[in-house]
Amino acid sequence: MAVLQILTYPDSRLFDVARPVTEFDASLQQLVVDLQETMLDGAGAVGIAAPQVGVGRRVAIVDVGPVLDGDKKRKPKSSYNGFLVLVNPEIIERDGEVNGREGCLSVPDYTGNVLRADSVRVRASDQLGREKELVCSGFESRAIQHEMDHLDGKLFLDRVISSRELFRRKTYR
Amino acid sequence: MSHWFMVTVVGQDQPGIVARVSRALADGGWGLGESSMTRLGGNFSIMMMVEGVGDEASLAQVMEPVGSALGLHIHIDSIQAELHQHPSPNVQIRVYGADRTGIVADVTGGLAAAGMTILDLNSEVSGTDDDPVYVMILDGFVKDGVEALDRAVAELNKKGLKVDVEPIEVLMG
Repeated sequence: MAVLQILTYPDSRLFDVARPVTEFDASLQQLVVDLQETMLDGAGAVGIAAPQVGVGRRVAIVDVGPVLDGDKKRKPKSSYNGFLVLVNPEIIERDGEVNGREGCLSVPDYTGNVLRADSVRVRASDQLGREKELVCSGFESRAIQHEMDHLDGKLFLDRVISSRELFRRKTYR
Repeated sequence: MSHWFMVTVVGQDQPGIVARVSRALADGGWGLGESSMTRLGGNFSIMMMVEGVGDEASLAQVMEPVGSALGLHIHIDSIQAELHQHPSPNVQIRVYGADRTGIVADVTGGLAAAGMTILDLNSEVSGTDDDPVYVMILDGFVKDGVEALDRAVAELNKKGLKVDVEPIEVLMG
């Protein structure tokens, strides 16, 4: 178990396309455990992808539970499929478009508005190689699309449509 | 030691204003920080954070030739910039209504009294000349959460305005 170091922009490894997983072995299962620890270590993170910790494999995890369970009375519209392990995920259907604000553990200083499909149907394997299909909407759908972008070497910065939609989060220097 | 200034430029829109203003600043040794340009009712306007070694008078001198050549009004303010904060908004407000005097004052007055700070505001008069519609979108921050605005919004909706309040949840992944 380990909290892994998160690569930050402009580390070139964040722009590489990750390779598919072919062996569902102990090292994959360890990677999933480490990703979970690393995600929980990042303030308010609802997902993380292997390329963010320098592992060029098509593995991501998503869990929007903490946001949906928070003490806020008005929560974002979202499905909730629990703790998701997405190995070699593919989006096989997408529907609707919605704008929403995103930040990234790998882009610490910015948030930005990004258009995403409102709902997606995803096919993926888990860490034991069991294939499944999920239908996700709202915030969970956004989280999955954000993490799957990392597997293709894309950051939310690539999808921000105008600089007016990009906001610096921290101190101006 | 360098200083920050806010430079505001307003004038009749014409091609090349940004190019010539930024060239004059660059040649004078002044650097740009954040900036925002927009056209309001066909008029050109830009606000730029400008940094350099020199005082207001020396900056004004650099701007004067381009201002005279293009017929622009130039205004310079000394500002504190190095510690400027960019808080993330947690609420978006959308307002639609038949245009009349005082919509912005009514809406922002009610929201300010309920504890909201405006971080970004854009408004537009659309519709037809006979039937103008006022549209305003603003991003804000409410310390006590979106619920704190409920009563103020209910009051505004009673005045014939359509005011939508949408919490902004930043996805971190």
